[in-house]
Amino acid sequence: MAEPALRVRLAQRAPIPLAVEFECAAGELLALVGPSGSGKTTTLRAIAGLVRPREAEIRCHDEVWQDAGRFVAPQARHVGLVFQHYALFPHMSARGNVEAALGAMPAAARRARARSLLELVHLAGLEDRLPRALSGGQQQRVAVARALARDPKVLLLDEPFSAVDQVTRRRLQRELAQLRQRLNLPIVLVTHDLEEAASLADRMVVLASGETLQAGPPFELMARPRNVQIARLVDFRNLFHGEIARQEAAAGRTLVRWLGYTLEAVSRPEFGPGERVCWGVLPAHCILHRRDRPSRGERENPIAGVIGELVRFGENAAVTMRVDGRQDTELQLAIPLHVAQRNRLAVGVEIGVSLLQDGIHLMPYEPLERRPAATWLAGPVDQPLGED
Amino acid sequence: MDWTALALSLRLAAATALVLLPLAILAARELAWRRFAGKAVIETLVALPLVLPPTVLGYYLLVAFAPASALGRAFAALTGGTLAFSFAGLLAASIIFNLPFAVQPLQRAFEAIPDEVREAGWLCGMSGWRTLWQVELPLAWPGLLSAFVLTFAHTLGEFGVVLMVGGNIPGETRTAAIAIYDRVQELDDHGAATMSALLLAISFVSIVVIYGIDRARRRRG
Repeated sequence: MAEPALRVRLAQRAPIPLAVEFECAAGELLALVGPSGSGKTTTLRAIAGLVRPREAEIRCHDEVWQDAGRFVAPQARHVGLVFQHYALFPHMSARGNVEAALGAMPAAARRARARSLLELVHLAGLEDRLPRALSGGQQQRVAVARALARDPKVLLLDEPFSAVDQVTRRRLQRELAQLRQRLNLPIVLVTHDLEEAASLADRMVVLASGETLQAGPPFELMARPRNVQIARLVDFRNLFHGEIARQEAAAGRTLVRWLGYTLEAVSRPEFGPGERVCWGVLPAHCILHRRDRPSRGERENPIAGVIGELVRFGENAAVTMRVDGRQDTELQLAIPLHVAQRNRLAVGVEIGVSLLQDGIHLMPYEPLERRPAATWLAGPVDQPLGED
Repeated sequence: MDWTALALSLRLAAATALVLLPLAILAARELAWRRFAGKAVIETLVALPLVLPPTVLGYYLLVAFAPASALGRAFAALTGGTLAFSFAGLLAASIIFNLPFAVQPLQRAFEAIPDEVREAGWLCGMSGWRTLWQVELPLAWPGLLSAFVLTFAHTLGEFGVVLMVGGNIPGETRTAAIAIYDRVQELDDHGAATMSALLLAISFVSIVVIYGIDRARRRRG
């Protein structure tokens, strides 16, 4: 990673407990994710200088914005912040909003700069509209143009896509992905949407109760959470208890005993034989065996079970498989709809799956209370799979 | 028609608005956005002139303004004049009894500005002063106009406090409202009627203006 452009460390007990630490390089897009109330927005506001945590060290390039002896006012920080509800100046046109952030410069240059910023965010022709005459997506673009107008040293985005409809959201997300290629800035995006974080961010930082728990590239973090708490926060389903059967260092694998199975996992030498562990596997790493003719891949951690539930969920069938027919051990699978239909999957059908060795992730042991994973993720309502 | 009294009233109203509104803007912002110990007490004191009998307020002001009082002595030392029974005293009293009419509409107006909009101003690099001029006041102008109209009209009409503090000195403290009382005492029905009609008209127009502002604001949503 390049030299971090932005370094943030926050610590306080009250009014909101904070123990936050992360860095962000120039040109990097970092997503802060976590449930509501986890301190994401407070962290962003601390970087902007809008709140002053008791103890903090915030540095941007070679400037100290806050430390034990110093607190730089928001005006002097050169931060671009896109507020969740944009906070446009309602009495100023789109251009007026952008010009307000340009500071002192000759009128003609000011106008030209505002125009080019509004063009950058695809708002040419709408310069003279007041915010209330713009759609939500257009307002968001004005807010982005205004945030960039100050030549910020860091760009902060506070759930910038949460107040628009799905279609607009996709378009704005794509625009951000394009825009960031032209900006060599550290960008910090606050979101509670894991999918959004995964598709936009280079790195993701998971926050809960004001504390940074883990940082890493989104897909890596979501596949390899450090512990069960983080696993739940990143919606890692299929968590179970197991026991290390043995280490096979030469073969590069660790064997885990689970129910009557011995599962092959990627080598994790830090766990000793006989040690209890938590392990998990993402639905995408559970591969259904074809029911008509078995194939070679089926030797990789084969598991048998009975389908307990099956609902259509977007392009996939969300299948709950009762392992060995047990009521208390359920494996969640995501099977493409056409595969589910071709294999005539239905409740009560016996199936076999392979758990990909690369997908089996081991974590330190801790009790697993049975509860729905990541309750803060609002999922769409399931539709039953139509029979045909 | 006592033109001198009317001119004095207009001068008093204008001076009151000129001095009071900047103070009210500062006070209203603090009350709208800051939380501090004793805020409820301050708000109560500001609202008190709404319900206090004008003669009671006038009495206390007269006591405070007396030449022998600390305030009276300080004023005399600074200016050589007196507060009681003078235009300066009348202006001071007028500022005090107009506090709720100026502060309350402004406080409501500032409260309606989202914190984030002011913060956006700071992040645009605007100083607190520039944020006030470019963001806060343009958004709070209906409140400012209401405060001005209410203060102006209320000063023209105030009787009790003015009589107690200012007495009835032509050209110095005899305002239009006092002049009407004088006309009635002197059985000059025509003079009283003309001046009353004029004050009625001013009050009526004031209310029309305030309601107009409110409707315009609600239409804009």
